[in-house]
Amino acid sequence: MKKLSARRRHPLAAFVVLLLALAATGGLYATLAPGEAKADNSAQSLAIEEGKRLYDVGCATCHGNGGQGSSDGPSLVGVGAAAVDFQVGTGRMPLQQPGPQAEEKPEVYSQEEIDQLAAYIASLGPGASVPEESLYDPAGGDPAQGGELFRTNCSQCHNFSGQGGALTHGKEAPNLHDVDPRYIYEAMLTGPQNMPSFPNTVLTEEDKQDIIAYLNEVNTSSSAHQGGLSLGGYGPVGEGLFAWVAGIGALVACAVWIGARSTKARKS
Amino acid sequence: MSTANDAPQRRGKAPAGERLADWADGRVGLYALAKANMRKVFPDHWSFLLGEIALYSFIIIILTGVYLTLFFEPSMSEVEYAGSYKPLQGVMMSEAYASALHITFDVRGGLLVRQIHHWAALIFVAGIFIHMLRVFFTGAFRKPREVNWLFGFLLLVLAIFTGLTGYSLPDDLMSGIGVRFMEGAILAVPVVGTYLQMFIFGGEFPGHDIIPRFFVVHILLLPGIMLGLVVAHLILIVYHKHTQYAAPGRSNNVVVGPPLLPVYMAKAGGFFFLVFGVITAIAATVTINPIWALGPYRPDKVSTDAQPDWYLGFSEGLVRMMPGWEWVLPGGYTLNFGLLIPVIVFPLLLVVIGVYPFFEGWVTGDKREHHVAERPRNNPTRTAFGMAWLSEFAVTMLAGGNDVWAVNFNLSINAITWFCRIGFFVVPPIVFIITRRWCLGLQRRDREKVLHGRESGIIKRLPHGEFIEVHEPLPPEKLYQLVSHDQSEPYEVGPEVDENGVRRRISPLERARARISRGYFGENAQIPKPTREEYQELTSGHGHH
Ligand code: HEC
Ligand code: HEC
Ligand code: HEM
Repeated sequence: MKKLSARRRHPLAAFVVLLLALAATGGLYATLAPGEAKADNSAQSLAIEEGKRLYDVGCATCHGNGGQGSSDGPSLVGVGAAAVDFQVGTGRMPLQQPGPQAEEKPEVYSQEEIDQLAAYIASLGPGASVPEESLYDPAGGDPAQGGELFRTNCSQCHNFSGQGGALTHGKEAPNLHDVDPRYIYEAMLTGPQNMPSFPNTVLTEEDKQDIIAYLNEVNTSSSAHQGGLSLGGYGPVGEGLFAWVAGIGALVACAVWIGARSTKARKS
Repeated sequence: MSTANDAPQRRGKAPAGERLADWADGRVGLYALAKANMRKVFPDHWSFLLGEIALYSFIIIILTGVYLTLFFEPSMSEVEYAGSYKPLQGVMMSEAYASALHITFDVRGGLLVRQIHHWAALIFVAGIFIHMLRVFFTGAFRKPREVNWLFGFLLLVLAIFTGLTGYSLPDDLMSGIGVRFMEGAILAVPVVGTYLQMFIFGGEFPGHDIIPRFFVVHILLLPGIMLGLVVAHLILIVYHKHTQYAAPGRSNNVVVGPPLLPVYMAKAGGFFFLVFGVITAIAATVTINPIWALGPYRPDKVSTDAQPDWYLGFSEGLVRMMPGWEWVLPGGYTLNFGLLIPVIVFPLLLVVIGVYPFFEGWVTGDKREHHVAERPRNNPTRTAFGMAWLSEFAVTMLAGGNDVWAVNFNLSINAITWFCRIGFFVVPPIVFIITRRWCLGLQRRDREKVLHGRESGIIKRLPHGEFIEVHEPLPPEKLYQLVSHDQSEPYEVGPEVDENGVRRRISPLERARARISRGYFGENAQIPKPTREEYQELTSGHGHH
């Protein structure tokens, strides 16, 4: 904590204190609501400060100074730490170029920096906080129940086992293969871009964990493939293509081979 | 060997096998049958084996289907799953789905047999399809084989519906979505739709009757009819004898090929095992219809990538392409064009296949028998029709999988749908024109080859310095193949006025027939093949060019 004591006399210290006061009063709800976003210790305040610095450099051009939004990006006031953790952690933010939807890219920030950004955004207004591990640990959920919930709430966009699917105008619901359970949880909580959000009133914490357990069972690198190669899991279209290309292809090759292997035709 | 006297003299008793054969022969007349048929011949060409792909996969489907029937429970009553697949344990589902899971995970070889059955079904219909294309493009449906074409066509339609009902049996999410889709299509039929739906489903969707009903249709009714039709189909082939490609010594009256027994049977038997082997190898390594991953069907659940098997992809495509127009008529009736139009176009796309031989027969007025298969290029208009139909089919298939293409090729699903909507009307005519021209080009090249021989690749310098390429005359067999086809004359309506100078009444239908016929055989529809005189003049005179 040497660093901290050194910083106390930093010219910006007053600013930080002011900010804290603002966050405390303006975001009274945030402090009362359960979660980690409570900004009542100095480590937290430091994180916020660092977060703001990162924000001003990397995000403010689009999301505006102080996160109030601009023509290039929505307001981030009240989106919460979970949204930032998800968007930046999966490399969607900072957005590189406008397109149908924010692409996943290799992430630009370290986890520590992401936490700082998240802390800063959380300080702007109350929002969903980053979940604790016990909430998204797949081992704690019931995959069978999760499967039912997944098919009711998610498969219309993400396909029955989360292989992804197309939405209108070039947008798509991505393949959920090997997505970190934490991001699955956050995605449900915050509803990134074209995905609806599923707050705890819609899917309880337990429901979310069940869904994570289900995805963990069926769509990770270690999932069993009971029937053999899955052809991408796209259902009948992939199967039909395979039947034509590999199946009929091989059989026609056999036919040509047998046809060519003939005794010279003679009259009978 | 119908009587003991005919048997060669031998000391002691004949071997058991022979005695058994004798016994059987005395009762069922096997020998006479075999004698008549052993001497049948079957022309040799790989494309004549395509029907066998269909035949053998049909046999494989029946064998595996029997095994599945032993364990499948066609019931919609709710049970709680307690089998060995963990992600579904404790889930409520229909007995049908539970028993399909039971076959998959708890019956020995069950998953493999399920996968063989389903892969064989896809390959069966694909086999029928390419077989049909072979028959179509070589004109093997012409007299006297039109009836066999109809049998085949019925087999195709029945195969599609057998597939549909089978797909619906396990009652997984995909099945249910498929049945729901079908229900929607039935409901869109004006006036009788609702009654029809109630009749088929025995109540509101999904009800309890649909799976048991589909079960009977799938395992008994349709396969039974198909089995009968396949036998009739094969009997007619033996009766008509198979078509063959033109070659010296082969003609409308003489069939040339290896004898049915033993050569052809050995080949056919070998081919059966190849088909079985390929299908089993695929089934052992590649998943098909992973029902466990789909979960049980409930009407409130849907998924992306919910498509029918490929042979119904075109119906799916028609619906995905069609804008969702609706009219509400006075009185509160709704006409749902988004489904009604696909419901009309779907059978039309199939029926044109069935009636084509009769259409062509009418247009050409050709009453002769044909036993020599035509080369596709020698009937450009037919070939162009076939290709145009195929391209239409392809467009609807593209539309049917629009979400899968969109995800995999990063395209916009809306762009694909619009492409297909426009393509549905634009692509077939373009394909028609291109194919027809292409065929004519090939005919022109054949004519060149006959008259001027084949390019030998040898360049010769003439005394006056000109370079020419030496053309070799074709060998006689090749010449025969290129000129033996006949070229029909277009149908004429006859003179406008009769011998008394009175205008004859010519029905518009007759005029249309003459026009279409000119499209088939008129001046612009075929390149006259070289005549004997042309050939002799060119070859006897000054050699090359
Ligand atoms: C090039 C402009 C741009 C940059 C730079 C950018 N963003 Fe964004 N951001 C956007 C746009 C546009 C959206 C809305 C995307 C959508 O809805 O499709 C967005 C959405 C978000 C969201 C989700 C908001 C919500 O309602 O859930 C978060 C969180 C976010 N950005 C955080 C960040 C952070 C943190 C940074 C800096 C590391 C950043 N963004 C940089 C353009 C940008
Ligand atoms: C309306 C369609 C829709 C529904 C319903 C939906 N999602 Fe999504 N989902 C999306 C879209 C679109 C994205 C991509 C957003 C983006 O790129 O930022 C997405 C992204 C995600 C991601 C992030 C994937 C990644 O690669 O980082 C996860 C995890 C996720 N969804 C899980 C779910 C779960 C679990 C449910 C059900 C509770 C669900 N989604 C329901 C459309 C949907
Ligand atoms: C269950 C499906 C089918 C089976 C098992 C089957 C089987 C066969 C077999 C083994 C042959 C002889 C070999 C060959 O020419 O390939 C044949 C010939 C024939 N098939 Fe099929 N077929 C089926 C469907 C069809 C369809 C869909 C059509 C057309 C609509 C069709 C039309 C014909 C005709 C016209 C012949 C005679 C061909 C000739 O003599 O050149 N068949 N069929």
